[in-house]
Amino acid sequence: MTISTLTRGGAQREQQHCLRKMERVIIAMQDPDIGLKMRNQRLLITVIPHAMTGNDIMEWLIQKYNITDEEAGHLGGLLVQYGYIYPLKEPRSLILRSDDSPYRFQTPYFWTSSRWPASELDYAIYLAKKNIRKQGELVDYEKQNYNLLHKRINHTWDFVVMQAREQIRASKQRRKADRIVLECQEQAYWLVNKPCPGAFDVFDLGPERCNVLNSRVILNRRALVRNRVKSSICLESFMKFCDQYHQHDPIMSGCLPSNPWISDDTTHWTINTDLVGTPTRLRVERWSFSFMELLNDCLGRREFMTYLEKEFSGENLCFWEACEDLRHGESSKIILKVEEVYKTFLSPGAARWVNIDSKTMERTLEGIKQPHRFVMDDAQMHIYFLMKKDSYPRYLKSDLYKNMLSKAIVPQETKKSVFPFMRRQRHSSPSPAMVSQATEDNGKAKGAGPAATNSGTLS
Amino acid sequence: MCDQTFVAITFGPCDSCSENRPLMNLYIKTEPINYCSLCMEIMACQDLAGGETLNSLKAETESLRKRLEEERKKLHDVELEKVAEKAEALSALNLKTRRTLKGHANKVLCMDWCKDKRRMVSSSQVPAHPVFNSSQEHAVSMPTTWVMACAYAPSGCAIACGGLDNKCSVYPLSLDQNENLAAKKKSVALHTNYLSGCTFTNSDMQILTCSGDGTSALWDVESGQLLQSFHGHSADVLTLDLAPSETGNTFVSGGSDKKANIWDLRSGQNIQSFDTHESDVNCVKYYPSGDAFASASDDATCRLFDLRADREVSIYSKDSIIFGATSVDFSLSGRLLFAGYNDYTINVWDVLKGTRVAVLFGHENRVSSLKFSPDGTAFCSASWDNTLRIWA
Repeated sequence: MTISTLTRGGAQREQQHCLRKMERVIIAMQDPDIGLKMRNQRLLITVIPHAMTGNDIMEWLIQKYNITDEEAGHLGGLLVQYGYIYPLKEPRSLILRSDDSPYRFQTPYFWTSSRWPASELDYAIYLAKKNIRKQGELVDYEKQNYNLLHKRINHTWDFVVMQAREQIRASKQRRKADRIVLECQEQAYWLVNKPCPGAFDVFDLGPERCNVLNSRVILNRRALVRNRVKSSICLESFMKFCDQYHQHDPIMSGCLPSNPWISDDTTHWTINTDLVGTPTRLRVERWSFSFMELLNDCLGRREFMTYLEKEFSGENLCFWEACEDLRHGESSKIILKVEEVYKTFLSPGAARWVNIDSKTMERTLEGIKQPHRFVMDDAQMHIYFLMKKDSYPRYLKSDLYKNMLSKAIVPQETKKSVFPFMRRQRHSSPSPAMVSQATEDNGKAKGAGPAATNSGTLS
Repeated sequence: MCDQTFVAITFGPCDSCSENRPLMNLYIKTEPINYCSLCMEIMACQDLAGGETLNSLKAETESLRKRLEEERKKLHDVELEKVAEKAEALSALNLKTRRTLKGHANKVLCMDWCKDKRRMVSSSQVPAHPVFNSSQEHAVSMPTTWVMACAYAPSGCAIACGGLDNKCSVYPLSLDQNENLAAKKKSVALHTNYLSGCTFTNSDMQILTCSGDGTSALWDVESGQLLQSFHGHSADVLTLDLAPSETGNTFVSGGSDKKANIWDLRSGQNIQSFDTHESDVNCVKYYPSGDAFASASDDATCRLFDLRADREVSIYSKDSIIFGATSVDFSLSGRLLFAGYNDYTINVWDVLKGTRVAVLFGHENRVSSLKFSPDGTAFCSASWDNTLRIWA
């Protein structure tokens, strides 16, 4: 092997954080005290030391990391694929067999992290050596690569051939066992770095990423004066949240009547469509978790609007909705929308005048002179918190809500079908693009369409 | 930069780094200084005022950072593990692949769910094939390789995608399956490097994008106008996620500079920053309540960061997990964290207790993207093995 190695700049190395971790595993495996027990491998008449079986590797991984068979097999397999361990019996098949197939550790000289990317010159020498040693030993793709290299680095070809000859001569003077080991190591290295086309290539990394410098002083200064909350309070809130939503999480508690992806029964989706006639109990309960939950559910929002109208404060919600529309709508319509909002909600004597405190009103009216997307933010937030602190809690105590809750349905859990292998027919659901082109629905249960399917395999 | 009157070259100790190098004589506000070419580059990038040296700036950053750490520690009175002791232990999960979607001829790089909980859009590596719906209704041809980001519009009537073409384009979806969608395409965002992520904000009218050029940006779809840009990452921005909070005004982004930053959509300011990861942050996702977010990184860990406590509160890692995590998502209740890794597996973590609950095998190459359906009934994983899998 030639001495020169191209060391790429820090960039590509950082993407290979995993290589350093793999090396630590490998080094631990070779530790004389806690590592693997090595055996000798018999190859016809030569005995090669420091080999281990696939089974040994699996056992060691299971024991050291306290993981299952499957995971140990997976991890060990990756170690082989990345070239840190190579098989002795079938060198071209880079998999970990959990029987007594022999494996050896790759020498650090040939580790991916020390010798990447593989140098073209080295590859040319390797192929030349193979060619010289035994004519016709090169496999198809190797022959192709050889010819390509011959064209590309033709100017150094004499050097390549000379190096190849020298290395063959030097190896002939080694002990047979050493020679075999070195050949195996080299071969393993090239099998990983220049795989057969179509075979798995672990060095397929995706687009390159790069790095640059910058200053953090201003950010840190600002961070120092920030208000922070005690950890105990923050962490308690996570506990509360997870607990509150536990029943609503299909993965944790299942869903009624059944998870459509598992049973192919789309009832769960049908009974939970946006503007269904009678919502499920879980859905109505969720409205009481937070004001945002109520507003995010269009059925909930409609109910809340009904309640507000009864209390003659419906304009608050309308105003909030108009502001949301302004914030997230097209840029070209901003001026128009701001005018509309002003006329309808803010101007003195407006049809649906909203009650904002004088300071906020002043600021907003000032801002309207130069309308932009966020000009209503202050007013919107004021009204939002008004509804949240006042109307929302009263809504939850109201008869309207309580009736909704009592009317709400609790679907029966589907009994497992007698013939579990009978699959239901799967059909495509109607595309939202199509639905939006049809007339707007008002309360009709939509989309009785069953689950989406794919044209490929189902498993 | 500086008020550069003329440049001459001499050799000697640099005023900034004190090393013997070929020097450039610069004039900053008529003061002559001698910097080596490297320090001059750095100074130009860093906006140093005259008199500040690279070392003094570094020192100030360090001391501020230490003080920040101390302040954060003061309010850290308990660990999440302790608080979570009283949480119920989780029963064994029975998660299996329920659907395998084959239809891509190349690596699947990204996917997104539609609000109707059934459809998805996914994008892949190769030009002629990429974006398609879960029932393969449409295939859009993109004149670019590596479509790394795709998103479904909230209305379900359009999709946005982009990648190495440095753009984010919006394609309206129609009913006619044979219609050439590429013809109706609308170029919305334009960056100076690859597009790594995109998402619609609450409506079809605005898109938030992040790019390899180190910036994120908010665009108006109709006019293609840039509404706001977000600068602060010192390397490629790889991921972003919108906050589900009440006021809906912030988002988090993660980058190759190992940091995760919180931004204010309205002002463009970087509000908070977290830099405890040891390698690129590949994916960030908000906790359902909006008070925290999780991140997945090349350092093989996922971490939970609390926004109110302004610190990292949990690390999800295991010695046997060596390969980087590429994507994360929470289950609906936020109790479970699902993460896809470069070793082709998906690990499921108990968010509160910090332990691993399950490991899912099945993909035959890296898991590039992982997202829960809007109602939490299932999640989809996209992989470099050309398939998507739906698990429940």
